[in-house]
Amino acid sequence: MRCDPADYHLIAPGKLEAVVSLLANEPGQWLPIAGGTDVMVQFAAGRLASRKLVSIWNLPEMQGVETLPDEIRIGAGSTYSELRGQVVIASEFPLLTSAARWTGGIANQNRGTLGGNIVNASPAADSLPVLLAYEAELVLVSLRGKRRVPYLGFHTGYKTMLLERDELVQTICLRRGFSGYVHYARKVGARNAQAISKVCMAALGRLRGGVIEDVRIALGSVAPVPLRLTELERVLQGKPVEPKLVAQAREMAAAAIEPIDDIRSTAKYRSAVASNLVGEFLEQLRDKGNAA
Amino acid sequence: MAVSPENQDKGELSLTVNGRLRSVQVHPMARLLDVLRHELHLTGAKEGCGEGECGSCSVLVNGELVNSCLVPVLQVEGARITTIEGLAEGPELSALQKAFLECGGAQCGICTPGMILSASHLLTKNPNPSMDDIREGLAGNLCRCTGYMQILEAVARASCRGPGA
Repeated sequence: MRCDPADYHLIAPGKLEAVVSLLANEPGQWLPIAGGTDVMVQFAAGRLASRKLVSIWNLPEMQGVETLPDEIRIGAGSTYSELRGQVVIASEFPLLTSAARWTGGIANQNRGTLGGNIVNASPAADSLPVLLAYEAELVLVSLRGKRRVPYLGFHTGYKTMLLERDELVQTICLRRGFSGYVHYARKVGARNAQAISKVCMAALGRLRGGVIEDVRIALGSVAPVPLRLTELERVLQGKPVEPKLVAQAREMAAAAIEPIDDIRSTAKYRSAVASNLVGEFLEQLRDKGNAA
Repeated sequence: MAVSPENQDKGELSLTVNGRLRSVQVHPMARLLDVLRHELHLTGAKEGCGEGECGSCSVLVNGELVNSCLVPVLQVEGARITTIEGLAEGPELSALQKAFLECGGAQCGICTPGMILSASHLLTKNPNPSMDDIREGLAGNLCRCTGYMQILEAVARASCRGPGA
């Protein structure tokens, strides 16, 4: 370990109000820590810039999944294990169950939280394209009150986001009503277990009368932020899934992303894989999309 | 634990480790792994990678598997911790420990405590796991000796012997 815990403060006020008061009174001074699966890695490596940490692990106001008639509200402190155990998520938002299963091993799933993954903002996180595909909304909380924002556009650049220094992500809201959709999720990594994605994709679609009625396609690990391919979606809308359209979609996907060479993969490979995943999804949509 | 933001001193904190209430003087950001090894002299949990990849520091917190290298000790104040030292009943090894011995599931031994804690967590949640379940349950634990097959076989053998594994 390249750090000394004596150099750091950690407090656990135990209540949301106390945490947001702290963030309001000393903006930018306190780093919230939930399950620690990202923060503690930086800490042990001696790379944690913030010296004052406030624990939000197990804050009651950030726990649990609430099922309402038109949406579900997921506490940002929900762990991946908790998400995997939720029947409403498995049955209505299966892409999130898949992403939760793919995120680290069991020990990390027991500690890593969905809210933590959002603010850690790794472009390679498997759950983030899922939130784009389901058009999640986030409830942000501060001493000033709450505000609800679309998740699309929340990340403004690599690890930057529309979160004020006094705010926490409290809840992730997913609108219900995807029962007639084809749900597609795929992670491409070096191995099945514990690997961080080279490319991951989450997509949803529905056909009506043989043409694409609704489609959402989101990719991870191919740009500085998790990316939704809205331009491509517009082109697909209202058209039957034919080979020519699939070919066009594959080209557009490759053009829309900004992959890089890094320790896990190359830009060239990521680009080829992203095209292939888009093609595979559209073929599944063609084959299964009329069933509903 | 009373620690003011201006105060970096150690504070007193209690936790129940392997059924015994323990009180330690620690910095709140100290890693659970270091508290177990250095304060409580329970050296079964090992530091491999120190970043949550290898699982050799696995312990149970209130029955849930965690990487103790990623847990600041303040977050487990008052919790029940189980380490490899807490599995045997006196001289009697647990069914999982016996199965690891019988199947050659341990070689150099660095990964073994974590493997057994992960397996114990799996069998508590799922007493009759398939081979795929076992692979998933142990996917966060790396071994560089056995090639894994003996470990998977040991977990399967322990599960056949029923609860208490």
